[in-house]
Amino acid sequence: MQTRLNLDPSVVREARTLAAKAGQPIVEMARTHTTVSVERAVLRLAGLQGADPDGMPWVNRLTDAIRDTTGLEHGVALPAWDALLTGGFDDLASLAEAAAQGKVAFRIPAGSDAAAARAAASAALAKGIGKIDANRVQRQRMIEQTSEPRKPWIYLIVATGDIYEDIPQAQAAAREGADIIAVIRSTGQSLLDYVPEGATREGFAGTYATQENFRLMRAALDETSRELGRYVRLTNYASGLCMPEIASLAGLERLDMMLNDCMYGIIFRDINPRRTFIDQRFSRQIHARAGIIINTGEDNYLTTADAVDAAHTVVVSQLMNEFFGKEAGLADSQLGLGHAFEINPAVPDSFLLELAHAQLVRELFPDAPLKYMPPTKHMTGNVFAGYLLDAFFNLCGVMTDQSILLIGMMTEGIHTPFLSDRDLALENVRYVRDAAGRLGDSFVPAPGGFIEQRAKHVLAESIGLLQRINDDGLLNAIADGTFGITKRPADGGRGLEGVISRADGYFNPASEILETGNEAVRGDSAQAVPGSLEGAA
Amino acid sequence: MTGDIIRPYGDTTGDGRIQVSFTLPVPFGTTTERARAEGAAMQLAVKMGLQPVMVVHAKGMGPDYTFFIVYGRVSHLVDLSEVTVTEREFPLLSSAEVNLRIRAGLGRKLVVVGACIGTDAHTVGIDAILNVKGHSGEKGLEYYREIRVVNLGSQVAVPDLVARANAEGADAVLVSQVVTQRDAHISNAREMAAAFEAAAPDFGAEGRPLLVVGGPRFDPAMAAELGVDKIFGKGTTPGEVASYLAYALAPEVPEEVQAGASA
Repeated sequence: MQTRLNLDPSVVREARTLAAKAGQPIVEMARTHTTVSVERAVLRLAGLQGADPDGMPWVNRLTDAIRDTTGLEHGVALPAWDALLTGGFDDLASLAEAAAQGKVAFRIPAGSDAAAARAAASAALAKGIGKIDANRVQRQRMIEQTSEPRKPWIYLIVATGDIYEDIPQAQAAAREGADIIAVIRSTGQSLLDYVPEGATREGFAGTYATQENFRLMRAALDETSRELGRYVRLTNYASGLCMPEIASLAGLERLDMMLNDCMYGIIFRDINPRRTFIDQRFSRQIHARAGIIINTGEDNYLTTADAVDAAHTVVVSQLMNEFFGKEAGLADSQLGLGHAFEINPAVPDSFLLELAHAQLVRELFPDAPLKYMPPTKHMTGNVFAGYLLDAFFNLCGVMTDQSILLIGMMTEGIHTPFLSDRDLALENVRYVRDAAGRLGDSFVPAPGGFIEQRAKHVLAESIGLLQRINDDGLLNAIADGTFGITKRPADGGRGLEGVISRADGYFNPASEILETGNEAVRGDSAQAVPGSLEGAA
Repeated sequence: MTGDIIRPYGDTTGDGRIQVSFTLPVPFGTTTERARAEGAAMQLAVKMGLQPVMVVHAKGMGPDYTFFIVYGRVSHLVDLSEVTVTEREFPLLSSAEVNLRIRAGLGRKLVVVGACIGTDAHTVGIDAILNVKGHSGEKGLEYYREIRVVNLGSQVAVPDLVARANAEGADAVLVSQVVTQRDAHISNAREMAAAFEAAAPDFGAEGRPLLVVGGPRFDPAMAAELGVDKIFGKGTTPGEVASYLAYALAPEVPEEVQAGASA
């Protein structure tokens, strides 16, 4: 695409180099550590499902039993498959059940026993990851049989707490024009160190992410996609303490997009930074393989900090998310980097500032399916003014060629949207898209003018911040409250006890397949997305 | 006419005209369905006390629902003499006045510990009150020189909040609750108040800190029922909270000092 801001390519390169430098030590840490959730994800990918009578998943029971005996420094796979082979168990579920009763003597096998355990585990994981590969093919087939919606994709949220209520609402939203359905999770789920099982009908401000809920919703949206002749994508949240497991379930059940930020859990959920970064890398390897588009959470920074003052923290976080994402194997077309329209409308030239920020992000990440979030902070309860603000958000979105628009509700902050709120919101975005959808082609800010200068200023501030992060180290910068004001020390927050240093001989059959295989898979287009569709052949 | 009796104002005094919008679970497809839907909307409006009624907009939403915008004249009268409001028991002060009152009345910094408790991860409310940046053009409590803020963030367990409040020597604990499903905000606030009550002896001679809860769905009149000292509802600004804290925690300062502050 043409540049409209006359950004200096060497400045952009410098920003990326600084982000890579800041992120590299984190990658090293992630390579040398594992977490309880990464190990449980391995078991889930191998097909272990179900829970004990108290609802605790078997993957937790088995992982805990191994941790209590051999430890997890070698990974869960070696002792688990060794016990499976030598103990005469039919499958992982019966092994887990026996392990939970303390009836299994786990060991780290050596010699030919180790080789046998490795081979069996690798075969099981190849089969599980094969399912993810098949889903990726199936998604492509579904898109060919229906059609790819035009951009920007319209993203709508459903959140009743009851999957059986969510389904008709999601189908209705799709019929009304939504291209993407996001099922918001129950608010407590990110701090649960297990993934609930089965279809769920109760949640707090959202619906639990479970494998069965994923399956039910994807099946319903497949039905609706065929009915509408348009592929409707499904989104959920790979975040919180079970990020790697939820990413795996998303791959197994053909979800299309996942919220998956490198720092969101740390800053907004007080999850331990190390835990988050380790979990995040594995999650993104899965997403890369599954052709899932990740959505990052930079919009959140602007809800706690001022959207003008903190504009550069968004860019810095996007660059970090890009670095970590690509390192884990994600293609540009899978990087749904986030940002938001959150400047106080009372600020003079606020719309010009929004245009500058949105265009800057578009030009920094020309091939990324950017996710643009509507105003929330300055939605006051004056629903009429809010409707106008949402229209300006939509206009900014189409002018700057954003890929995914989360649809703003005029009743934001008042209540969960009424049916009519959603309908009016869709009417708003349809009007703007139809009336001004091609305005972007003609929108060129005056060279050297206010918008260009503002964008360059934000980029310069981003470089300044990246330099400070490099001086300090990313973990220290997070501890100092660089992002989103909140201070999060590296040894604070929840989930640190689930971080384990890898021993020599650590074995993770999923990682082995993902790290060698993702390169090959990435040859074809990750997912047909706007902007990359033409080049994907 | 007595000034206490009023009606809604459209464009003429006493015309009583208002606008409402709502959705009915009726189809809006065929001509018959449309007529029936508009009739249904009129019936509801009349039962709500609107007469005459104009259905100015009706739109089908999917096969089963219709959205209406209705204008009409209400027959109801508002008697202002019967309106009761909870009078604010404290004066609204500027940040300089708050700082002065704390300095003069308390003689040290006022310590505020804030958190979202339970499963609530929505820190927007507490951050809007505590963060320097504040809300609605007013700076947050961190901006006040004489207030020390400890923001514990989201999903803080109640026992941790009690322990931290004690360790920090909190004068006040601010708790924000946004999530209200199954009245979680009510039960969480009660649990928090009970925990502080139980731990009161640990807090020394002055007893437990002042307990303040806030959130869009709280009824400010419920403070006593929940066992807290103060409830702030939707639209509360940091300045109101700061003024209340100064009023409740810093003893009254002499008149001449107050006069000096506002000069």
